[in-house]
Amino acid sequence: MTATRDREVGTARRRKEDAHLITGQTTWTDNIQLPGTVHAALLRSPMAHARIRVDASPARHEPGVVAAYSGADLADELAGLPSAWQVTPDWVAPEHKPLATDEARYVGDAIAVVVADTRAHAVDALDAIEVEYEPLPVVLDMEQAMADGAPLVHQDAGTNVCFRYSDTFGDVDAAFADAPVRVRRRFVQQRLVPCAMEPRAVLVAPVPATGEYTVWSATQIPHFVRLFLALLSGVPESRIRVIAPDVGGGFGSKLDIYAEELLAFVLAGKLGRPVKWTETRSEAFQATIHGRDQIQDLELAADADGRIRGLRVDLLADMGAYLQLLTPAIPLLGRAMFPGIYKMDAYRFGCTGVFTDKTPTDAYRGAGRPEATFAIERMLDELAAELSVDPLEMRRRNWIGHDEFPYDQIAGLTYDSGNYEAATARATELFDYDGMRAEQARRRETQDPVQLGIGISTYTEMCGLAPSRWLGDRGYAGGGWEAATVRILPTGKVEAVVGTSPHGQGHVTTFSQLVADTLGVPFDDVEVIHGDTAAAPAGLDTYGSRSLAVGGVAVWRAAQRVLGKAKTLAAHLLEVSEDDLEFSGGSFAVRGTPGATKSIQEVAFAAFAAHSMPDGFEPTLSADFVLEPDDFSFPHGTHLCAAEVDTETGRVTIRSYVAVDDVGTVVNPMIVEGQVHGGLAQGIAQALHEVARYDADGNLITGTMVDYTPPSAVDLPAFTLDRTETPSTTNPLGVKGVGEAGTIASTPAVVNAVVDALRPFGVRDVPMPCTPEHVWRALSEARGGA
Amino acid sequence: MTRISVTVDGAEAVDEVEPRTLLVQYLREQRGRTGTPVGCDTSNCGACTVLVDGRAVKSCALLAVQADGAEVTTIQGLANGELHPVQKAFHERHALQCGYCTPGMIMAAVDLLNEVPDPDERQVREGLEGNLCRCTGYQNIVAAVRDAAAELRGAS
Repeated sequence: MTATRDREVGTARRRKEDAHLITGQTTWTDNIQLPGTVHAALLRSPMAHARIRVDASPARHEPGVVAAYSGADLADELAGLPSAWQVTPDWVAPEHKPLATDEARYVGDAIAVVVADTRAHAVDALDAIEVEYEPLPVVLDMEQAMADGAPLVHQDAGTNVCFRYSDTFGDVDAAFADAPVRVRRRFVQQRLVPCAMEPRAVLVAPVPATGEYTVWSATQIPHFVRLFLALLSGVPESRIRVIAPDVGGGFGSKLDIYAEELLAFVLAGKLGRPVKWTETRSEAFQATIHGRDQIQDLELAADADGRIRGLRVDLLADMGAYLQLLTPAIPLLGRAMFPGIYKMDAYRFGCTGVFTDKTPTDAYRGAGRPEATFAIERMLDELAAELSVDPLEMRRRNWIGHDEFPYDQIAGLTYDSGNYEAATARATELFDYDGMRAEQARRRETQDPVQLGIGISTYTEMCGLAPSRWLGDRGYAGGGWEAATVRILPTGKVEAVVGTSPHGQGHVTTFSQLVADTLGVPFDDVEVIHGDTAAAPAGLDTYGSRSLAVGGVAVWRAAQRVLGKAKTLAAHLLEVSEDDLEFSGGSFAVRGTPGATKSIQEVAFAAFAAHSMPDGFEPTLSADFVLEPDDFSFPHGTHLCAAEVDTETGRVTIRSYVAVDDVGTVVNPMIVEGQVHGGLAQGIAQALHEVARYDADGNLITGTMVDYTPPSAVDLPAFTLDRTETPSTTNPLGVKGVGEAGTIASTPAVVNAVVDALRPFGVRDVPMPCTPEHVWRALSEARGGA
Repeated sequence: MTRISVTVDGAEAVDEVEPRTLLVQYLREQRGRTGTPVGCDTSNCGACTVLVDGRAVKSCALLAVQADGAEVTTIQGLANGELHPVQKAFHERHALQCGYCTPGMIMAAVDLLNEVPDPDERQVREGLEGNLCRCTGYQNIVAAVRDAAAELRGAS
């Protein structure tokens, strides 16, 4: 019965999560072995668009095979997969069957399934399936897809346009009319593969006699999986238990309802046996969602001194062949973020979603916000170049001042707090900005073949996707709340049941810290229960940096309720008024009466025993809280990148990278730093390494880790991190969210550095990824055109 | 089916395997060593790295029959009650997030430190080039391996 002395929040507690991960005692979905399990393997279309006739029956005679079905065989039993975000009233949302029935629409589209006693037998038997492919015209390029007479991905739709959306804020035409400076650019956000280290996997165990199902899935969203399995199958939610056990990364790619989850569920019911499916990495490249893939046309209008008057943004966003859970919403999540941290009088945003014969896109780390931030941060540099102003100075001329918060920005968001000056001052100091500029000048003067570029990114992002009403107003079917239960058990140990579902973010540790501080109990006495709809029935899961900013606040609120209850009981037990009690260090003490104390653990036991309670007191110390957030939170920061660019080979080397982020109150600085590191790696990978490429026939030619080249330890630099802390005012903890910050900020910082290095040669842009080939071509073109 | 004799994490085993069975499949499915995960099918990610006769090997790049007579150590056999200094350093330095690459990363690091007891940052990065991590950005992994190196040198 000891109480903690030190404050947990702000302490770099080592993670509770690590013990089983570093010793291999893990429960990845694919590790779970149940007696009688059969294994599913999928036949996938090798053609990007083809009429198909599939006969799965020959596979039924192969060794070990239990069942084999074409899409047509299961057409009546498999519902279409959902898209939960209707972005416009007249959007086009084609049916998306888990197994294609008569047409395959991308390479990797599942067209048949075999179930066998072993995975090897299931894979072997795929060869016996007979398929006739009648090739159909393929459309891969968004602009070509919109042209008259273009081949249609979905014949019935009569168009490849999924939706057209636009918004105007302020008088855009007036802002552009007579503007002394106009800068226009086109940027391409290349298609990316999220590439979580654990491939997707699902195991469904039915109990035929009761109609119950237990589903293990490598998912970020067990609660949504349960909901949608219920909606799509007709099985009541109460009979479906979804467990997200250890989940090996997500980055948005496991924020989806996938064909294989529904297929395994339906087959498990049909066969009355556990059904397991585990993705190969090659399948992951083809059939797990991709990210980004936008063409961005932007125009800035500014005064002669660089003050921004107006911004126009026109996007083409590639949906891929079908809509997954949030596909059409992803580019629109960036809608409010294109203005970034800058003041302007007018803004117009337009976006067209386009179908192509490629893997569907959906949320990938940052989901719409990295794309927007990239574009505006590149534009700020281009504007600075146009006016021969230092890009840092250009930002200072336009950003929202520290004394102007809360600030109603042009696209309708209210930035609650921020201090761009402080973060920038710290970053420039750590980076030795003036020193770097001096070295750059020297290299330019001496015509060093290796030029130095300095890249700046001063970003903000919206975290904690909510409030529910905001989401509903924009066509999202779900909400933005989060649930938590906190209970002190009879022994004094504490359970926090949370609706978020982590996959590497360290929620168990962070939430333990919050609860330990609130209740004055030891950190090690707090257990966090998550990721199982039986144990944590209410929740909206983990994505969009919402877990602390929404889920953590719910945990804290629930703990506050428990504390309130404990105080009432303590007052009763000590026979004083609640007003006479002080709570500190885990104990209630009567003011002015030394020795008259009750530890919270003693109170918990009294609440359990329930022998002596005030009238109306509900036994046990347990409380729920469902938090509906007031608004988003807005982390921000300044990232500076120094890149050495070899003008002879095109090779880019990051010489130094400084990130100063402001994520509000920091609960665990070690975890925050780790999140930033990982985010930086993914953002830098977009800038320098990664792209999903298709050939003219629609084959994914970067379909393995060999071709896609996710960065290894030798490809990334050491980062220099620091932070400022400007608490959020939209929640009582002051927390903001950190998971996506590094990714959002780093891509423009790196590309700005590459372009900055090459600007004297006339280069104004380098397409991502800035591979040696792309850099070399940009240089050649600039030199040829000079 | 082929009969093989392998010592896995100190326990001798004699098993029948299909000739095509990969070492990682054998370890996971027949020996229950699910601490070693599979991350790719091209031997690129390194998540399945184990020690075979003391050297780091991607266990998806070896057939089980090739391990006949060998001594295999997986993440589950690395620690004997106490954590190995590399495991301890990964925890201390927050060198893992989702943890999926971690077993392979730790096994590769153990082999690296056997070869290079006092690696500089570059050597650690090059030594772990065959193991991909998508969460940490590698910085804390590098720091952990260098911490473990110092501890191992002190201990020897």
